[in-house]
Amino acid sequence: MNLRIQTVILLGLIALILPWLISDFRVFQVNLMLVYAIAVLGLNLLTGYGGQISLGHGAFYAIGAYTAAILMDQAQWSAYATLPVAALVCLAAGILMGFPALRLDGHYLALATFALAMAIPQLLKYKGIEDYTGGVQGIVLDKPLPLFEMEFLGKELSEDRWMYYLVLIVAVLMFWLANNLVKGRIGRAIVAIRDQPIAAGALGVNLTAVKTLTFGVSAAYTGVAGALGAIAVSYVAPDSFHTFLSISFLVGAVVGGLGTIPGALFGAAFIQFVPNVADEISKSAPWAVYGAILIALIYVAPGGVMGMLNKLKRGDAK
Amino acid sequence: MSLLQVKDLCAWYGPTQALFNVNFELAEGGITTILGANGAGKTTTLRGVCQTVKTSGEMIFDGKPTSGLSTDKIVRMGVAHVPDGRGTFTGLTVDENLRLGAYTRKDKTAVSEDIEKVYDRFPRLRERFSQQAGTLSGGEQQMLAISRALMLRPKLLLLDEPSFGLAPLIVQEIFEIMKSINQTDGVSMLLVEQNASLALNLADHAYLLETGKVVLAGPAEDIRADETIRRTYLGY
Amino acid sequence: MDGFLLQVFSGLATGSIYAAVGLALVMIYQSTHHINFAQGEMATFATFICWWLIDSGMSYWLAFFLTVGVAFVGGLVIQRVFIRPVERKPVLINVIVFVGLLVIFNAMSGWIFEHTLKAFESPFPVRSAVLPEYISGHQLGSLGVTLAVLLVIYLFFRFTPIGLAMRGAAQNPDSASLVGIRVTWMLALGWGLASAIGAVAGIMMAPIMFLDPNMMGGILLYGFAAALLGGIDNPWGAVAGGFIVGVLENLLGAYVIGSDLKLTVALVLIVGTLTLKPNGLFGQKVVTRV
Repeated sequence: MNLRIQTVILLGLIALILPWLISDFRVFQVNLMLVYAIAVLGLNLLTGYGGQISLGHGAFYAIGAYTAAILMDQAQWSAYATLPVAALVCLAAGILMGFPALRLDGHYLALATFALAMAIPQLLKYKGIEDYTGGVQGIVLDKPLPLFEMEFLGKELSEDRWMYYLVLIVAVLMFWLANNLVKGRIGRAIVAIRDQPIAAGALGVNLTAVKTLTFGVSAAYTGVAGALGAIAVSYVAPDSFHTFLSISFLVGAVVGGLGTIPGALFGAAFIQFVPNVADEISKSAPWAVYGAILIALIYVAPGGVMGMLNKLKRGDAK
Repeated sequence: MSLLQVKDLCAWYGPTQALFNVNFELAEGGITTILGANGAGKTTTLRGVCQTVKTSGEMIFDGKPTSGLSTDKIVRMGVAHVPDGRGTFTGLTVDENLRLGAYTRKDKTAVSEDIEKVYDRFPRLRERFSQQAGTLSGGEQQMLAISRALMLRPKLLLLDEPSFGLAPLIVQEIFEIMKSINQTDGVSMLLVEQNASLALNLADHAYLLETGKVVLAGPAEDIRADETIRRTYLGY
Repeated sequence: MDGFLLQVFSGLATGSIYAAVGLALVMIYQSTHHINFAQGEMATFATFICWWLIDSGMSYWLAFFLTVGVAFVGGLVIQRVFIRPVERKPVLINVIVFVGLLVIFNAMSGWIFEHTLKAFESPFPVRSAVLPEYISGHQLGSLGVTLAVLLVIYLFFRFTPIGLAMRGAAQNPDSASLVGIRVTWMLALGWGLASAIGAVAGIMMAPIMFLDPNMMGGILLYGFAAALLGGIDNPWGAVAGGFIVGVLENLLGAYVIGSDLKLTVALVLIVGTLTLKPNGLFGQKVVTRV
């Protein structure tokens, strides 16, 4: 068995046993990390591979979250069923956003999506739709109960641990899908459009279709993450989906490594755990740390963690 | 007296090398022309003199070494460059273009006098002094570009394809102006041209570039007179 | 009619602040072709510095001018240290640096000055000397201050050699270096000026909105809308755009949609302008070569 397969099996075993080795609260944190990984992966598809800059992916995260929350709260849906719906709703939303985005390049798109990110909390608080969204207070949800009882290594199968396996399965699925997408024809078309849009068009790539679809798929990923996040936290409220959430996703994508798939995991680990550590110092400090590391990374290692890992692999001294 | 000496000049655009050990000299008060086909490296040579492109090799201007200096320092030493495409500030007025030409000068009254001289020499520019430079005709823009360069009171004037895209009559006018600038104001010139016959009539020395290397050098009248050279290299 | 005029004048007052932010954004965009996402947070931080100076006993106007000076120097330094290394890199890299700066400034505001709302007193009398039924003293005063600043900037660019050099460097950096202009310093100056203008906007805004680290967040959005509406390459378009946005925001808020969705209005303005009329009302079409 070669090294690659061995590593995968080892990681798989660790992933399976992990929730039984740590406390409930830590499992909760790991759940969020995996959720963010899916969201960051989504953003990466659009920005890293597709070259379309989005500073507003928090919007899709919010749409996914609220879709799940409203279905669970008002229509009594089960949590699991909300995921595909969240994906579809965000796919549609993403494609819709994709159309005006076709006309916008570089910082104009960044600007438009930034505006979207800033407007989202206010939109969610709008009294006109309060009956559905719960207004400023938001919606409180019930965590899905485990379908059976179990004990292992002295710990019981809590809701958080149950949630972990759900998130893990979804995450593995999403990453696998993304990997196939990126390595296939469509993936190459996406990258071709990013690097040489006019040449790609001249070669017969349907720019409109590919670009809007990329937006849609990217949004769908982040929407599923939002739904999972809502379920894991058992709560949605407008102020959770502030501008900095969108910025966090971008930070995660860059720190992990733009245009790479495994990078999303490293990026998510960064945005989930660094704030907790830095929080001890000051309420505002996590963001100072973000900003500083973000800028430092761009100068020193624009390829993020994956970039550094690849350099080490190649033994590159530069 | 040599005003400009260039030794073993190499130039790169990124990883691509465009000039390979180019050597030439320009005497004070003289007009030297650099000829060659498209892509031969003529524009690159001028950019090398101004240091707007990466170079290696030695350059001595007015007795001082200039390779590695920043463009604005070289300009202050008295080198004015009229780039290809004229480089006019199209969004600014004619008057503002001229004043920018004198940006590095401190003698305000002399600058105003010089602007007056430009308007005397080119009445068409005086008419359009508050017009946006981008609205001028090609010939007028070329006069503006040369005038702007002269506002520096340069010792050396670099001209990149002044005839490009202009009607023959206007080109003649401009070359006559260049001759008079050289003779009355004593401005030395390094002229890059595709129109070899025009250039050889004006210049006293000529260099021929081919894919980044000097293949021919000599007094302009010799090259003009040699039919074989003209037919083989210059196409007329 | 009364209520209408009230909204219009109030809109003009806030509009002048949007105009200033819009101008700052356009100045940086014109010279570097980048959008300074950190503009709002930089302005907020400067406003905090002003607040701290006044709180420590300094007179208002001394603190005002000192802060504007500090903001100028700060903007210059930021350009030289953070922006210059990535000038020629792809757009995404630049966007990330700007976002990073946004985050750092917001964090520094919160870290150093904390999140409690701060009252910021206005230097102007409560009652306006002119049209007191429609406009407050501070609104008139801030309108006056921002208009004065805009006038000074206009005169600077139009009549001074350095202003001319900056305009040249923004339009045609290659030609500018050929006349001896140090283009990178012109960019740094542009940043310094933009930062100073932003500080003025923030200081004028503080008495209206209360000072906290997120004060300028929404204002930045309106500044963007103003800049886009006026044409992102047209500084005076941005000024006009600012006043239009200010009045529009108030009128729409009072008569059409209520004040809840104001930011959404800005969003719609931005996306609408970008997609329907990308050159804004006063901008010029730019043709890019393939």
